Amino acid sequence: MDLSQAYASMTGDLANTMSLLIVALAGLALVVFDAFKNRHAATPWIAGLALTAGFVFEVSRIGSAEGMAYYNMLRTGGSAAFVNALVLGSGVLSVILTAPYLKRIGHNIGEAYSMILFATVGMLVLGSANNLVTVFVGLETMSICLYILTGFIRSGPGSTESAFKYFLLGAFSTGFFLYGIALLYGATGTMDISAMRDTVADGGSIVFWAGVAMLLVGFLFKVSAAPFHMWTPDVYQGAPTTITGFMSTASKTAAFASLILILNVALPGERWSEVLAVFAVITMVLGNVIALSQSNIKRMLAYSSIAHAGYILVGLAAGSADGYSGALFYLMVYTIMNIGAFGVIALLEWDKKEGSEQTLDSLAGIGYKKPLLGWTMAVFMFSLAGFPPLGGFLGKWAVFAPAVEAGYVWLAIVGVLTSAVSAYYYLRVLVVFFMKPEDAQSGAAATNFVIPKSSAAVLIFCVVLLFLLGVTTYAIELTGSFF
Amino acid sequence: MEITLNWYLTLSALLFTMGVLGFLFRRNAIMMLMCVELMLNSVNITLVAFSQYLGDVSGQILVFFVMSVAAAEAAVGLALIIAIFRGKLTVDVTKINLFKY
Amino acid sequence: MLSDFTPLFIQLLIAIGLSFTLLKAAALIGPKRANTIKLTSYESGMDPIGSARDRYSVKFYLVAMIFIVFDVEVVFLYPWAVTFSEFLDAGVGLGVLSVVFLFVIILAIGLLYDIKKGGLEFD
Repeated sequence: MDLSQAYASMTGDLANTMSLLIVALAGLALVVFDAFKNRHAATPWIAGLALTAGFVFEVSRIGSAEGMAYYNMLRTGGSAAFVNALVLGSGVLSVILTAPYLKRIGHNIGEAYSMILFATVGMLVLGSANNLVTVFVGLETMSICLYILTGFIRSGPGSTESAFKYFLLGAFSTGFFLYGIALLYGATGTMDISAMRDTVADGGSIVFWAGVAMLLVGFLFKVSAAPFHMWTPDVYQGAPTTITGFMSTASKTAAFASLILILNVALPGERWSEVLAVFAVITMVLGNVIALSQSNIKRMLAYSSIAHAGYILVGLAAGSADGYSGALFYLMVYTIMNIGAFGVIALLEWDKKEGSEQTLDSLAGIGYKKPLLGWTMAVFMFSLAGFPPLGGFLGKWAVFAPAVEAGYVWLAIVGVLTSAVSAYYYLRVLVVFFMKPEDAQSGAAATNFVIPKSSAAVLIFCVVLLFLLGVTTYAIELTGSFF
Repeated sequence: MEITLNWYLTLSALLFTMGVLGFLFRRNAIMMLMCVELMLNSVNITLVAFSQYLGDVSGQILVFFVMSVAAAEAAVGLALIIAIFRGKLTVDVTKINLFKY
Repeated sequence: MLSDFTPLFIQLLIAIGLSFTLLKAAALIGPKRANTIKLTSYESGMDPIGSARDRYSVKFYLVAMIFIVFDVEVVFLYPWAVTFSEFLDAGVGLGVLSVVFLFVIILAIGLLYDIKKGGLEFD
């Protein structure tokens, strides 16, 4: 390597990873700003604008050819830009929803925004990493920020406790993930994902297989696939609601994108399909069945998010280009509907009671009191259940069809059956919202809270996007062009 | 007797297993945190051994990152343990059970 | 072979000599006003006699955590330091130096935040 060129080459790459730089610098600036002007009204604006700037940059790069930056450490353009745009978009919507939410529950902590920005930096690195070192660095930047974000409401026991559980199990899974990286490195002799492909021609040694298994365990933990899902309900229930929306979508997008890249580039072949298919079945069945018996709506959505990880794994199990692009499309739809659903729940915590304690029955009749929340929630629930003409339907088709093509008909059947089961608990939310007689106490409290305009705009935006994704095929063709 | 690659890998695997078993069977949160640190540092031995064996530095670069990640995790973990202890006056993980299904 | 280490030995001698000289000089020149606290052995502010299983002030943990984080970041300076001369020979020394300054500035931002939030204040 010619060292005199190294500096110029790295400086040139700065322009290709502009979104990463903007978000990281804004995060640092917010740390300084918050140290001097705590709880300033401009803090969420800075965070939101930085994320928006990054989002615009990445969207403008989606059409460009795939490239590498920093000596094959990061991928730019193409699918990496799509994943980054998804993460940044999820960040923008979350920040808009978080600002009034934190103010209302009385924990307007400025650090939350810099942590969202740093978590986004981790996700951007993870989603576009082309080297196991960057995968690890991105994953840990993301995870550590999410531990803090889960637990930053220190006054109640719920938030701290769920952060603690998340931390312990997350750190434990990091150990496995790292051991997997180390063994893969030893077996292939390289950390570079794209160079790994040529080194695993024959059956592979025991070290290689053990490495892949451990890496898979680490990834499945981060995307909360069964049987590594145990942390998910506790964490999603205890975390601040809009933060739950952020981490259930953006972190899952980034981790799945990295897993797709590793499966597609470094470890091609049908060898993984059956393993992933088994995990997909366990995840779909377990998530959907346990969600049936939940009375807390956040906990129910946590199990639903486990189930959705299972649907995405179906696309990965297909192991074909269509499967991977279908999974990316599903992640996009899932991001929009889940952020919307958690946004509605965040607004429904009007009595300062945290969502971790709120039961579904206490929300009876709210659909008529607050029609905006009721009807947007209806769209999100129908989309999560996979009804046409919403995005959720097309998303399910995009992951199940490749599985059928790859010969996993039984997998698609299990997926469709468990989706049918899921319709029960999604529609139960709407039954409670619209058809149950309202609780006198909560109904009275509901009359004197206002929906912030920014939050309403986000919810309506999500609804419109879900309809657009359901009836147009632009996005599905876009993801199809990446592989 | 020459110390070959397998010696390091065996040592690392043993330490990693000790960390995993300790994490699973200990009930004190600080001991669990220490077991996680043991897991991460045992992987560092594997990485350095492979790096030396392959004559490639990227394994050692990852070790640097693992060390700083372990430090950051320890800081966040200890902060959370202190926050838990303030509320519950215990760090026994079986007593931290607010959420159940 | 051994002569390669001559500068190291010289530095070792200077370090040992300097510490002894300073300790001796302080003992000879400094004022001596003994009291109970000064005469007890130093245990970072804790009482040296009694059970070691006392509950410590949480501030110790806080300072220890902050120390761990900043201490470990130094490992990133090692690979930079050992390769810097090669970059210097290649004529990009100033640029690579500025990158390390950026790294230190980021660490300094963390320290600044810590000081402003009172993380280093005792009582």
